[in-house]
Amino acid sequence: MARRKSSPIIDLVNVHKSFKGQKVLDGLNLWIKAGEITVIIGQSGGGKSVLLKHMIGLIKPDQGKVLVEGVDICCLNDRQLDNVRKKFGMLFQSAALFDSMTVGQNVAFPLREHTRMKEHEIQEIVEHKLRQVGLKDISHKMPSELSGGMQKRVGLARAVALDPKIVLFDEPTTGLDPITADAIDRLIVNTQQHTNATCVVISHDIESTFKIAHTVAMLYRGKIVQIGKAEAVKGSSDPALQQFIQGKAEGPIQLV
Amino acid sequence: MTIKPIETVGLAVIRFIEEFGRVTFLLLATLGWMLRPPIRLREIFKQMEFVGVNSLLVVILTGASTGAVLALQTYHGFRLFSAESLVGSIVALSMTRELGPVLTSLMVAGRAGSAMAAELGTMRVTEQIDALYTMATNPIKYLVVPRIIAGVLVLPVLTIIADFVGIIGGYVVGVGLLNINSGIYVAKMIELVELDDIFNGLVKAACFGLILSLVGCYKGFYTTGGAQGVGKATTQAVVIASISILISDYFLTAAMF
Repeated sequence: MARRKSSPIIDLVNVHKSFKGQKVLDGLNLWIKAGEITVIIGQSGGGKSVLLKHMIGLIKPDQGKVLVEGVDICCLNDRQLDNVRKKFGMLFQSAALFDSMTVGQNVAFPLREHTRMKEHEIQEIVEHKLRQVGLKDISHKMPSELSGGMQKRVGLARAVALDPKIVLFDEPTTGLDPITADAIDRLIVNTQQHTNATCVVISHDIESTFKIAHTVAMLYRGKIVQIGKAEAVKGSSDPALQQFIQGKAEGPIQLV
Repeated sequence: MTIKPIETVGLAVIRFIEEFGRVTFLLLATLGWMLRPPIRLREIFKQMEFVGVNSLLVVILTGASTGAVLALQTYHGFRLFSAESLVGSIVALSMTRELGPVLTSLMVAGRAGSAMAAELGTMRVTEQIDALYTMATNPIKYLVVPRIIAGVLVLPVLTIIADFVGIIGGYVVGVGLLNINSGIYVAKMIELVELDDIFNGLVKAACFGLILSLVGCYKGFYTTGGAQGVGKATTQAVVIASISILISDYFLTAAMF
């Protein structure tokens, strides 16, 4: 695969990762362009989450490099890694809200941890971020009182609380009804436009992928087999890609 | 066929050493993070309340019944050679040196150690611990350090309470029910119990507090396997903490008294 000349914000070089002898990532190369929404598609259990967790240093590669703005994050110490992570926001598949805190405390958490803002400033930002994701008057509620879609929206508000340069989304629309899923898609697009952040989304939801993506990459057998502009990928003649896009059980991709 | 038993033993040993290494690693990481600012007083107080205040009733009941039963049992034995007056000192010595710290720690391991494993385990399987990492907050510093500090600080306090209540329980039974002379009972107790007995008991309690909170956090922090995994971690935390407390009690006693 040809590498672009402009320097990417995230660059994975020849990344290998195995779990208990099973290869999940097998010499993967991927660059993420700044200020774009990149969607990574691929089969469930194909290592998409593992790939995403490499980008923020939650998982370290067995071999290869993960460069964030040119810095290899694999050999950083805890403190340096934390400084890199402050550039990131991440929305987990399960939202991963702290269930011992209220919604407001959840969104305020990164602000309290990493800024010296006064309490009323924090409250203002929390309300603002919650309004951006279409929620108001819920900051006193506990996460367990919210529906799955609302939890994800709170998770998004928390992920962007510090206005990060890069936002990672782990299957943001999985398990949601089509209307809520569309609302989340719009939120991702809006967030990206408002903040000009780089968004990396992993998904197996084809419809939502082409709704939001600037660039689409396909992960198959531990490698990125296709990457390109959304329209180009959609029109690609690659049989594996077409099988995935059309959602067919028969084809070059076999169920394990 | 002959290889199989050897293999089983070998695997068990490897697993034990592996696990021991990981616990040690967590302990060292905790000590490292403990020294770095900021100190999270709020979290520490929250955990002290959880481990300490909420265990008070259990600890008081355990202490009182132990002291009372001890007085009753020793009275019948000591009466055979007219040494009833020593009941008070036996109760006080047993409570401060041994039963106070050990029983308190076992009760708290069942109550708070298990809860630590369950809470951290749930946070692990629902990705809340990963979320902390992504928000550049180290979960060992945020979650483990306050719990271990609370365990080490609170267990001696609970033990003092258990000691005190146990001695009162023994007094009520010995003097109130069994008619041992109150003056002699207290005098003998003061004569035979040294300050060191109490102090060493408290050192033990602090060690047990470290063990039960470390094991609880360790089991929770490295939980895998969903809801079932959380259940397993919780049970194991109590069992391993209790066994470790009993084993280390022997060695601490041998070293101190």
